Amino acid sequence: MWEYTDKVKDHFLNPRNAGTIEDADGIGEVGSLACGDALTLYIKVGDDGRITDAKFQTFGCASAIASSSALTELIIGKTVEEAEKITNKDIAQYLGGLPREKMHCSVMGQEALEQAIKNMRGEAPSKAEHSHEGELICECFGVFDEEILQAIKENDLKTVEDVTNFTKAGGGCGKCIPDIERLLAEARGEGVCPAPSAEPAFPAQGMTNIQRMHLIERVIDEDVRPKLKADGGNIELVDIDRDIVVIRFLGMCSGCPSSRATLEGLVETALREKVDPGLKVREG
Amino acid sequence: MKTIYLDNNATTQVDPAVFEAMRPYFTELYGNPSSMHRFGGQVGVTLKEARASVASLLGCEPEEIIFTSCGSESDNTAIRSALNARPDRRHIITTAVEHPAILSLCKYLEKKDGYEVTYLSTDEYGRLDLEEYKAAIRPDTAIISVMWANNETGNIYPIEEMAKIAKEHDVIFHTDAVQAVGKVDIDLSKIPVDMLSLSGHKLHAPKGVGALFVRKRLPFRPFLIGGHQERSRRAGTENTTGIIALGKACELAREHMTEENTEVKRLRDKLENGLLASVPDTKLNGDPEHRLPNTTNISFGYVEGEAILLMIDQVGIAASSGSACTSGSLEPSHVLLSMGVPFTFAHGSIRFSLSRFNTEEEIDFVLETLPPIIENLRKLSPFSAEKQAPACTKSFTE
Ligand code: FES
Repeated sequence: MWEYTDKVKDHFLNPRNAGTIEDADGIGEVGSLACGDALTLYIKVGDDGRITDAKFQTFGCASAIASSSALTELIIGKTVEEAEKITNKDIAQYLGGLPREKMHCSVMGQEALEQAIKNMRGEAPSKAEHSHEGELICECFGVFDEEILQAIKENDLKTVEDVTNFTKAGGGCGKCIPDIERLLAEARGEGVCPAPSAEPAFPAQGMTNIQRMHLIERVIDEDVRPKLKADGGNIELVDIDRDIVVIRFLGMCSGCPSSRATLEGLVETALREKVDPGLKVREG
Repeated sequence: MKTIYLDNNATTQVDPAVFEAMRPYFTELYGNPSSMHRFGGQVGVTLKEARASVASLLGCEPEEIIFTSCGSESDNTAIRSALNARPDRRHIITTAVEHPAILSLCKYLEKKDGYEVTYLSTDEYGRLDLEEYKAAIRPDTAIISVMWANNETGNIYPIEEMAKIAKEHDVIFHTDAVQAVGKVDIDLSKIPVDMLSLSGHKLHAPKGVGALFVRKRLPFRPFLIGGHQERSRRAGTENTTGIIALGKACELAREHMTEENTEVKRLRDKLENGLLASVPDTKLNGDPEHRLPNTTNISFGYVEGEAILLMIDQVGIAASSGSACTSGSLEPSHVLLSMGVPFTFAHGSIRFSLSRFNTEEEIDFVLETLPPIIENLRKLSPFSAEKQAPACTKSFTE
């Protein structure tokens, strides 16, 4: 059972401002049935630029409903400019906190608000998916790079798990996890500015992908293969997938499983020392 | 507020008679059955009776029962034993709808130890295909593990037939019967299953005790090593109170078997038919025919399972859901997905599992309170039968 605060329970059991606004000035729709939660937010804006009314419809768990309800309370009475500054953190705080795994519910609120404001200004259709530019990172949950980067920045996210908790990206088939890792690295500033130190921490640092691949090939050719050949074996480089180096043993080495494990270790040590300490070796 | 407990596939209430049977072994009769003195020895006698009672429920010999700590331990023991007994065989067959105890273990064996695993698929009713099953068996298949009944839908699988086919191919056949024992008739003197797992707390014994049936003369490799207990097949001082409780629970299960399939089933059917009739956009998940008498799994379209559970919790109804939000993951239940239940419905699925302790009044109460709760949640929802959501491009196929 989730540990929900009393405030979350209250907003779930007695949601404020549920419903629709017929002549809304802005409508924001995010999520979908398939994804497990969805929110439609309606806003009404007065002549003085203040949000006079807001209503929501939510499909989702208790924290999704509570987040939507809290959002409407937060924005009613504010000017659009003020409302624009509201982040998912504010929503979670208003509710006295959300379980970490449920933070994506507050992010959904923030996104719906953004969409509704854009829609009001005529910048975007109400459907979120049409308004995205950039790269679709997570196909399972339809999450774009900009949403992930924003969540990372605003909530100081450090791990893939965090990103999944906040945006859902990575929580399905998992095939987008390497891309999320890349975005995390990007947000940390890696790969953007070169390492300031004169001496790189490891040989492959700062190299392009191609350079790194050549270096891996060279280490295998020059360091590993001769050792194996001495024992009548050989090694073949099958693939390099980011940090995973896939190899195949040939000849004598390919027979016995226990010696294979030792050999794998040998290749890994050489590659970690001469290329990149983050590399992993797999047999394929 | 009174709790209406409809989550008996998760765990059950300890039968008061079971509790009475085990109580003295906490307080007065705390001896170790392995001791030389009479004080411990007398406990050994009761353990023997408990073993005989479990065996009699299953139609096997007492010596074929090994007591364990839970269903998951039984499952792990069975699969690892089979693999160790035939190290040359590197293939495992199981289903896509097993309990995590089996599924996670198979995934682990696949990843870490390089085993090949075939996961049998199911159709839209959650049924297995015997032709697919036969075709999956290979000369290097070490073990086949198929659950007797599914915890989420209650589906019962054709274990007798499947075990016979395994026998013809000389492959060890294990079944996780945790949900089935006590609810359906199991006669191992007739059904050629090699190993069977069961768990105490699913049949009104306490948590922390389980059993594994291992057929005589089947090669067996223990999981826990370090003592002579259970004829050196499972080391560790016996959980005497738990085992005695399980013995009593099996005795009671025998007595109540007819009731499970008449009275409990009648209440289940009343609940199921009532909800399907009174709430629009609902769908029964599972095999309408071959199903446990106590389980029903119903999807309520356009609302989310966790929200339903918390709402009914407010009025004292305890059930469970296959929705993503309740599992702490983001995907709905693997059982429902493998049946091809649309996401729309999988997210709003609720499992009600009854026991002989449920009453007619309780079922009437649920039939009264649940429909308006669904209606209210649907009022909150941006979706309905008319207003479908944009499709998500999800592909959870693993
Ligand atoms: S694509 Fe992101 S989890 Fe599947």
